[in-house]
Amino acid sequence: MRFAGPTPDSIRIERLGVLTACYHRPSGRTHLLTEPAPEILTLIAGRTLSRSDILGELTRQYDLAEEDGVMEEALAARLDELVEAGLAVTVREDEVGTDA
Amino acid sequence: MHEFHRQIGPVRFRLLSDWKAPLDRLARLYAAYPEPEHCDFTVRLDAPNPWRRFIRPHIRLGGDYAVAEAAPLPLRHALLAAEMAMNLHVALGWRRHLVIHASSAEKEGRVLIMTGQSGSGKSTLAAMLGTRGWRFMGDEFALVDPAIGHIHPFPRLVSLKNEAIGVMEAIAPTERFGPRLTDTPKGDIRHFVPPVESIAAMERSAPPALILYPRFGFAPDVRPLGMEENFVRLTQASTNYVALGETGFGALTRLVRAAPALALDFDDGEAGLAMVEQLWTEEAGQ
Repeated sequence: MRFAGPTPDSIRIERLGVLTACYHRPSGRTHLLTEPAPEILTLIAGRTLSRSDILGELTRQYDLAEEDGVMEEALAARLDELVEAGLAVTVREDEVGTDA
Repeated sequence: MHEFHRQIGPVRFRLLSDWKAPLDRLARLYAAYPEPEHCDFTVRLDAPNPWRRFIRPHIRLGGDYAVAEAAPLPLRHALLAAEMAMNLHVALGWRRHLVIHASSAEKEGRVLIMTGQSGSGKSTLAAMLGTRGWRFMGDEFALVDPAIGHIHPFPRLVSLKNEAIGVMEAIAPTERFGPRLTDTPKGDIRHFVPPVESIAAMERSAPPALILYPRFGFAPDVRPLGMEENFVRLTQASTNYVALGETGFGALTRLVRAAPALALDFDDGEAGLAMVEQLWTEEAGQ
């Protein structure tokens, strides 16, 4: 299972204090995100990545320390939230690289 | 059908009424406002059925926009009906600005916005500021220019309610007041004409400098709001944020970055006004 983010031109991100306001152009909806959701969204914007790819890049970019699967579990929860919010979609492995 | 045209801020209204008397009263109170030839909205004050024009006359609010479940108001509350109908049209139909349910006043070229629920004191505070050297800009809607972020005035008649009526009666001349309406859905209401200087300047916008969330009837207190809380509360206070799409999003993010926000509790009009002045000095910047 992989995760695809919105194309960069379909989303507008504005940082407001501790939260990030995100306007999703296709749906017209406004989302308020707290870290690491904006960071994940930036990472997957216009890309299709697996959960392990995403965790690897976040670990490298933000010098994260893995603690017995805690980070992986937290990432899974945030990705589920982004999918539920309509800001990310899941892509089956056999669909990767095919046109929609 | 009787007809009446007036411009309030950038909004041009055409009111049509089954009765002449309400429009005559409006004409007296809105005497200083421009009378446009072409209008943005048509507002209708109709009888809900033919006999209600004469027998226990009632007004159905309508026009370009209507709310089907809104109960008709008795003819003796015609001024309130006209106010509610015009508000409805701005709230539902205005697209040139981000519309926020708020009062506003300008001092030294910068704008104070006060937003809150009905009874919060925002109208009374704005009206009082208008008598203390501030330019009154409006008590119902603050119009945010999406292109440059300025606040445009909407200086309609101030709708004073209950205790606020006495507060303003004590400091303003009688000829600036409309009749006292009793037993309305909001209690007693008396409309108050803004200063002529405010009406004359109603096409002059200015940048925002401070946003307050007043609450009347609580022990004096001040609490800062973060940008994120301010953003969420203003989306709720806006009547057209969703309808404006990304334009509204951009206007609102710009607004919360441009002006700090504070929650203000007060239990006395003069004390509240003093707190507003102090906060303006401390927070609005130079």
